[in-house]
Amino acid sequence: MRLSTEIIKDNLIIRLEGELDHHTSEEVRRKIDSEYYNNNLLNMVLDLGGLNFMDSSGIGLIMGRYKNCKEQGGKLSIVNINSKVERILEMSGLMKIVNIYITVEEALKS
Amino acid sequence: MKLEFLSKSKNESFARVVVAAFASQLDPTIEELSDIKTAVSEAVTNAIIHGYEYGEGIVSIEAIIEDNRVEVIVQDKGRGIEDVNKAMEPFFTSKPELERSGMGFTVMETFMDNLQVESQLNHGTIVKMVKVFKSVPVEG
Repeated sequence: MRLSTEIIKDNLIIRLEGELDHHTSEEVRRKIDSEYYNNNLLNMVLDLGGLNFMDSSGIGLIMGRYKNCKEQGGKLSIVNINSKVERILEMSGLMKIVNIYITVEEALKS
Repeated sequence: MKLEFLSKSKNESFARVVVAAFASQLDPTIEELSDIKTAVSEAVTNAIIHGYEYGEGIVSIEAIIEDNRVEVIVQDKGRGIEDVNKAMEPFFTSKPELERSGMGFTVMETFMDNLQVESQLNHGTIVKMVKVFKSVPVEG
């Protein structure tokens, strides 16, 4: 699992590459939360384009970040959904509560 | 095929890849393989987080191919589940503090064609799942 982050204004952009499961999600969560809170940010944009596997641990991770953003008065967006993660995202009901965009740029503009 | 490994989270990836590699001899679609990988990942994660919550143990996986279907049995000898029906309810989790979504069994049910869970407190849990590869013709 590779994770890279970028801060644009009060947005934290997170790019995930590899496999998001129980094992990898714990470290991903730690890194995202420390970037988000240490820099006092508002919104998150999760770029899932590089994921080739995700199970329900990923759903738990996204739900947790969604709650954090909401508490801070911000919002969470997901971009770049690919066929590997689409099915599980759909069945989780997450697509109904988070903002879905095609690209990071689109998410930042909204 | 039978596989046994220690209940460490880093083995989750290994476990699902092995089962997918075994099932791939039937030449299923990428989506069908992806379904199996996800379901196995859920069952193994449950065994590690819940079954062996209080100490490491052995997780075993057995996979059997029959015609165009594969049966996968994931077993732990851990603490067991007190109320299987409750555990299988969508969004039920005994570990909200770990940000578990409570969707593991729902994912297994949705992505596989059959799911059976047997559990006995302090003896462990057996998850039996069947995937029928509809893309693969049955011979004979």
